[in-house]
Amino acid sequence: MSSDKPLTRQQMAEIVAADIPDGAYVNLGIGQPTMVADYLKPGSGVVLHTENGMLGMGPPAVGDQIDPDLTNAGKQPVTELPGASYFHHADSFAMMRGGHLDVCIMGAFQVSARGDLANWSTGAPDAIPAVGGAMDLAIGAKQVFVMMSLFAKDGKPKLVPDCTYPLTGKACVSRLYTDVASFRIDADGVHLLDTYGISRDELAARLDVPFT
Amino acid sequence: MTATVVKAGEAVEAVKDGDTVLVGGFGMAGMPVQLIDALIEHGAGDLTIVSNNAGNGDTGLAALLAAGRVRKVVCSFPRQSDSWVFDGLYRAGKIELEVVPQGNLAERMRAAGAGIGAFFSPTAVGTPLAEGKETRTIDGREYVLEYPIRGDVALISAFRADRMGNLTYRKTARNFGPVMATAATVTIAQVSEIVEIGDIDPEVVVTPAIYVDRLVEVPR
Repeated sequence: MSSDKPLTRQQMAEIVAADIPDGAYVNLGIGQPTMVADYLKPGSGVVLHTENGMLGMGPPAVGDQIDPDLTNAGKQPVTELPGASYFHHADSFAMMRGGHLDVCIMGAFQVSARGDLANWSTGAPDAIPAVGGAMDLAIGAKQVFVMMSLFAKDGKPKLVPDCTYPLTGKACVSRLYTDVASFRIDADGVHLLDTYGISRDELAARLDVPFT
Repeated sequence: MTATVVKAGEAVEAVKDGDTVLVGGFGMAGMPVQLIDALIEHGAGDLTIVSNNAGNGDTGLAALLAAGRVRKVVCSFPRQSDSWVFDGLYRAGKIELEVVPQGNLAERMRAAGAGIGAFFSPTAVGTPLAEGKETRTIDGREYVLEYPIRGDVALISAFRADRMGNLTYRKTARNFGPVMATAATVTIAQVSEIVEIGDIDPEVVVTPAIYVDRLVEVPR
């Protein structure tokens, strides 16, 4: 999808969904990544993993479907699809750490030019640290896709030469989807895939990270 | 030895001051609420609680914390929209916190239950949660040494038990239950229903009775 305007959150989710290979096993992080599920093609065969012990997670539960024993990682009620399976936490993270998940999608505070990810703590002295499964996912999934705004509210880029926030994982992000541009990150560096409402030159001027 | 079927109050008498207590659940799914209530009533203090979260709202774990019984929490995700009890104690310096990545938390308990002395995990390499820990490069990849977490007592919630103590679970309420059951000296399971020996198909048992010491029936 090309656009001459910055993408909405829905459009970002639609673009990410289109890049998920058919039949992939995918973990969607809490928050914005959850929206990707709404744009998966029927028949894509994509199977959703939730780290609290399920493959084959279905859409949010409503009304009579709500079962307190069936929730996603955000503790929201969800449904199960035919072919679903349940397993305990150690198995759930073993399948993650063991490289069996194809893609995980997460939000971020910062991503570095080497693919380092910072998304669990701002490092503020009074913050209560809480990491959940983010560090396990970051190094476990075969590919880590990040969705975020490219610039913070103060205009500072969140794609940076080196993360200043505490790291979640090193060299783990392979794709970065933002409201104004999407990137591929690999051992060679950062590669621009597409822009939305910003020119390549303006992007280069506003980022401290070189890209091809 | 088969599990003993007792009331919640009798079950939690196993907990002593200073114990490490593993508490199942992910949010409210799989949370052994009645066992926690009984533990509050029981009065044991100076506890280390190992659980995914650090209490929600004002009930369950949050009530145990509010009662001043907990010295330390080991968990992956204490900060939530409704974790005000923990937040207040933490900011007042009245409670210790060890944050552990969720997969390492589960695997450290699995290791305890499986007799593993320690293991190298790739999770948290290069992050503040690996600081001060031994690392090793194996086949070109860096790992962090993680030690087991063993409990004196595990409080878990399951769906159905037979009188042996074999357990089945429901959906994502399984979460930490099967792992915690293996990792504690005394495992106490609250279940919705206790059936006779032979009434659970051995093929569907998730937690074998060998791991379960006490059963408390809490009908839904």
